[in-house]
Amino acid sequence: MSSIVNPHDHGHDDHHGAPSGFKRWLFTTNHKDIGSLYLIFALAMFIIGGAMAMVIRAELFQPGLQLVDPHFFNQMTTVHGLIMVFGAVMPAFTGLANWMIPMMIGAPDMALPRMNNWSFWILPFAFAMLLFSLFMEGGGPAFGWTFYAPLSTTYSNDNTALFVFAVHIMGISSIMGAINVVVTIVNLRAPGMTWMKLPLFVWTWLITAFLLIAVMPVLAGAVTMVLTDKYFGTSFFDAAGGGDPVMFQHIFWFFGHPEVYIMILPAFGVISTIVPTFSHKKLFGYASMVYATASIALLSFVVWAHHMFTTGMPLAGELFFMYATMLISVPTGVKVFNWVATMWRGAISFEVPMLFSIAFIVLFTLGGFSGLMLAITPADFQYHDTYFVVAHFHYVLVTGAVFSIMAAAYYWLPKWTGHMFNETLAKWHFWLSLISVNVLFFPMHFVGLAGMPRRIPDYALQFADFNAIISIGGFAFGLSQLLFVYVVYRCVKGGDAAPAKVWDGAEGLEWEVPSPAPYHTFSTPPEIK
Amino acid sequence: MHSALLKKLIIACLAMFAFAFALVPLYDVFCQVTGLNGKPSLEVAKASSRVDENRLVDVSFTTHAQQGAPFDVSAEQFKVTVKPGEVTKVAFSAANLSQQARVMQAIPSVSPGIASKYLHKMACFCFNQQPMKAGEKQDFELMFYVDTALPSEIEELTLSYTLFDITEQSQQVALEASQDEPTSMETSDE
Amino acid sequence: MKAYRFAVGWLAAMLPTAALSNSDYNMRQGVTDISQQVYDLHMTIFLICCAIGVVVFAIMFWAIIHHRKSKGVTPAQFHESTKVEILWTAIPFVILIAMAVPATKTLIAMEDTSKADITIKVTGSQWKWHYEYMGEGVDFYSVMSTSQDQISDKEAKGENYLLEVDKPLVIPTGKKVRFLMTSDDVIHSWWVPDFAVKKDANPGFINEAWTRVNDEGIYRGQCAELCGKDHGFMPVVVEAKSPEDFDVWLASQKSAKLEAEQASAALLDQTLPKDELMAEGETVYMAYCAACHQPTGLGLPGVFPAMKGSPVVTGPINDHIDIILHGRPGTAMQAFAKQLSIKQIAGVVTFKRNTWGNDTGDVVQPSQVQARLDAKQEEGK
Repeated sequence: MSSIVNPHDHGHDDHHGAPSGFKRWLFTTNHKDIGSLYLIFALAMFIIGGAMAMVIRAELFQPGLQLVDPHFFNQMTTVHGLIMVFGAVMPAFTGLANWMIPMMIGAPDMALPRMNNWSFWILPFAFAMLLFSLFMEGGGPAFGWTFYAPLSTTYSNDNTALFVFAVHIMGISSIMGAINVVVTIVNLRAPGMTWMKLPLFVWTWLITAFLLIAVMPVLAGAVTMVLTDKYFGTSFFDAAGGGDPVMFQHIFWFFGHPEVYIMILPAFGVISTIVPTFSHKKLFGYASMVYATASIALLSFVVWAHHMFTTGMPLAGELFFMYATMLISVPTGVKVFNWVATMWRGAISFEVPMLFSIAFIVLFTLGGFSGLMLAITPADFQYHDTYFVVAHFHYVLVTGAVFSIMAAAYYWLPKWTGHMFNETLAKWHFWLSLISVNVLFFPMHFVGLAGMPRRIPDYALQFADFNAIISIGGFAFGLSQLLFVYVVYRCVKGGDAAPAKVWDGAEGLEWEVPSPAPYHTFSTPPEIK
Repeated sequence: MHSALLKKLIIACLAMFAFAFALVPLYDVFCQVTGLNGKPSLEVAKASSRVDENRLVDVSFTTHAQQGAPFDVSAEQFKVTVKPGEVTKVAFSAANLSQQARVMQAIPSVSPGIASKYLHKMACFCFNQQPMKAGEKQDFELMFYVDTALPSEIEELTLSYTLFDITEQSQQVALEASQDEPTSMETSDE
Repeated sequence: MKAYRFAVGWLAAMLPTAALSNSDYNMRQGVTDISQQVYDLHMTIFLICCAIGVVVFAIMFWAIIHHRKSKGVTPAQFHESTKVEILWTAIPFVILIAMAVPATKTLIAMEDTSKADITIKVTGSQWKWHYEYMGEGVDFYSVMSTSQDQISDKEAKGENYLLEVDKPLVIPTGKKVRFLMTSDDVIHSWWVPDFAVKKDANPGFINEAWTRVNDEGIYRGQCAELCGKDHGFMPVVVEAKSPEDFDVWLASQKSAKLEAEQASAALLDQTLPKDELMAEGETVYMAYCAACHQPTGLGLPGVFPAMKGSPVVTGPINDHIDIILHGRPGTAMQAFAKQLSIKQIAGVVTFKRNTWGNDTGDVVQPSQVQARLDAKQEEGK
């Protein structure tokens, strides 16, 4: 299959003519081009989804309805969630995988380059369709990103079909991306790159890809059932025809919980790459990291109903899902301990990627703690569907997944562009983000515990002070990200030339090729000792 | 070199897509076994061989016409006290409140959910679709017993019927629905 | 030095408990034994998490401060230790078991299926609650009573903004009250933080929860499961009265119900003036209809139909009444036959047919509404 990729050593592209203009990007089968496309797309979606979050926070700035009506508010929360999950975090990780996996394992390209092109280029259509539905009569999806039936079936508007197709396309794209990752890692490792020599980012992505292959089709099944229930008279989720709306939640969360790990396992890989580099010390407990990742992935299949404790479950079910969920904190803890042990007695330096990684370790762990609290069934009856949950998953996904993506971007930007980024601005970006993100999400724990439900456009007066603070944090965090866009833009355009090995403590094949990485790398596989 | 692996992965994807749909019957089986969600069996039960004379269980009934369903069904007694294993009959009176012929489907649900395994119905209007003429009043009989194996901590259980108007779904089968297996019902097959 | 240590130790011990117990920042201890247990459990887990966090991050920040490159340290070479790794897999395991024991106990206490003293059926619908005292013949709807003007900032917001209803649920203290939850349309979730009760109301299925309230008082909560447009405007208010007061209240409800029936019967012979019906209708429209069809009568295009110029509103009167009485199956249009009196329905029909440029001139009397309720097959289509 490597014959598909032109085996030339040099940095020019003679496979499909001189790469230029729009056609280069549209027809590209080069993993670096596609990686860039994914990353740019994810950034654009991050900004759009972020703009929706700004609408939400503006409306919630004070009690009363000022800016939007509740129906539009629900569309904002729904589409914000969908865009951030499927449009920002997942494509960003796929972009990182495209760029880095072949370079890390000494492969010339992804194994299935044409499929790679496809899996990216169907994505913009999916999101165009989803965003378009917002402007149609009746508006876009307003039933939450979890689209519980029957709110999404009998009680939704006719634009639901657009939502269903958009999710189908996103799913197909992710599945193709995942298949590509698996085939690449299994078949294209350079000679001598044994399994236990794989960089951890590659390992975590391999496991993620298997998760994707296992659960994205289940999501596709769930949306298909929503579609047929709504338009073709089936009754999967309609009690009148013998169906059950609670079954929707079981099917959805069978996808949904592994999905959470799909968004965090690659982040673990990124942090496990960056922490040793700037600690100037080898990663502590490589093998246990691999086993921990695998056990998190396996456990993620048997904990889904902890999202549904209030739906009414037999005691035995509640106990099983509580224990299984608590168990996940063991391998997750092992990871955190390993990172700390890696830093212990290292020689730590604090470049921007490391700053983001340290913030990740602390804040992700915080999100882990609230996750452990949520696992405790009796307490979950109080936490469930409140802002405590919102705080929890934003700590895990924003200061977790998104911070790791930013750490990765700063870490590899010089390799991608050949330029160093402006370190001062980047540090500003870090500190502004760190402070504002905590002002944004930390008080959510308090309003949640005090009893504010999630997904409401207006709230009782006792929540007003905290919500004002949260909104200010939100605006500050949103604005800080524009600085990130600017830093990246400046770095792409120019800057000090970056050496091949950008960070002195870095290890790995990607640092053996010049910066910027030539269009084709490792056309002849490197020797791994 | 790649195609063998590719084929396996695609088959895995398709299998998982099929699995999503397989979850539907699996879920029903799972519910029957564990009493999840209080979904009782729609099968006709056989009479119990044994009556537990030393125990009394309260069984209460409630009905609920789903939004827009023009039916009124009520049990003669709101609550009966029964011995496990003892067959009890409860009369229900039903009325079609609308000025059109409608088909009613009653969906039973038991709480606490775990008790659904132990409530056996020998005759129930929920087994079939019930066509009702405009303004018609009908009497139904529920015949049931509580299993002697009902966990001792359950002292009280509730059988709820949600009434759905399924006239549109069952237009063709409305006439023979009272004798035949209702074809639009998914769970009634097994 | 000793005093300093003592002060630090004291602060560390007191801060979380003092600052967080039963304040606006923390979970409520509530007014039931269960809610107190849940609160204790929550604080236990929280403090254990804090302790773990302090230890782990102290080590990490120690490394950050002392093992930094700028200090010129040489990094150590170690990168694994089976002993340490087994240890920090095992210790969390033990901590988890310590957490699981009280959690399991509380959970078993919550799933108590013994006999209840009183059973109340709670039915959620878009966007109100319906309570039925089973076996007592008392039932009513409970709708948010905060005015639209307060929500749209035209009026100062009251103390219980968004957490007040026209008719709260009343329960006796000291008795085991069982709630049976179900729903009329989408999934709702009935939540009162002070009772630590949150249970989903699933359409077509029944769920149960119970509480035994220790203190009299008014307790407020909200719908906790996204249920459509006005999910945020669906409060739960429960008033706990002493058993004696509760019995008095229940009796008054029964007699009030009789009186209302008699009043409706009396209306059948009367012809009400148009002004009175229009005024009645406007009140009812704003309380029950405006959430979807909007105060302007324009609806939300593609979601909720407009009343202005609507073929139903300007069409045959009987069809219009029937839709209000029985709803439209499979849509968000509810059946109002049991929610509204015949006078209210007569009013709202009259109001809709003579507002927003709808000028049918029709005046609908309560007797006409009753006629539709009583209608039998001879009138059938």
